[in-house]
Amino acid sequence: MNYNKYFLGRLRPVIKSELIQRIAAGNPHLYHRDVERIVNVVFDEIVDALARGDRVELRGFGAFTVKHRPAREGRNPRTGEPVPVDQKFVPFFKTGKDLRDRLNKAGKSL
Amino acid sequence: MTGKTLTRADLAEAVVRKIGLPRNESQELVELILNEISGTLSRGEQVKLSSFGSFGIRQKGERVGRNPKTGEEVPITPRRVLVFRASNIMKERINTGLAKRHSGS
Repeated sequence: MNYNKYFLGRLRPVIKSELIQRIAAGNPHLYHRDVERIVNVVFDEIVDALARGDRVELRGFGAFTVKHRPAREGRNPRTGEPVPVDQKFVPFFKTGKDLRDRLNKAGKSL
Repeated sequence: MTGKTLTRADLAEAVVRKIGLPRNESQELVELILNEISGTLSRGEQVKLSSFGSFGIRQKGERVGRNPKTGEEVPITPRRVLVFRASNIMKERINTGLAKRHSGS
């Protein structure tokens, strides 16, 4: 899939293992394996909270919420036939002010 | 959605509970993780966390906006915005978790 259609910057994203690597490298007092477990606990905890109906607000970073899309009657665009569409829950992220400012602070465009 | 709001403190608490790290170190680690992600994004790199989702940057061009109060036209400067796309695993976990509560609504 063409990521650059959605994301600017380098083609290959920084993946979880690299993020863990960077955090571990900057904090020699921590074991790499522990950093890995902690990263997993943190993101698991966010998903668990959302799945319980809670929201997660990380000041300066952003907030994770879930939006409810009620069941509705859809239509098959080809035949025009009505199709029932189930309710669904869509996770949503709103960027925090500090991070938003940080993204633009450099004042340079990519 | 009803429910409560979790903060950094709750995430640090989960690290204390599940890993057994001291509270102050757990708080520091949560901060380090968020900081590393913020730093990576502000350098223009995207971050992809398997089974969670991906954070990326989109460049927006200049456009004309309007002050909703006065109706006055104001230019909106070009800017970079963050986009988050949840992974299918996250969407599935949320939908199975919440479908039960909302059944019948």
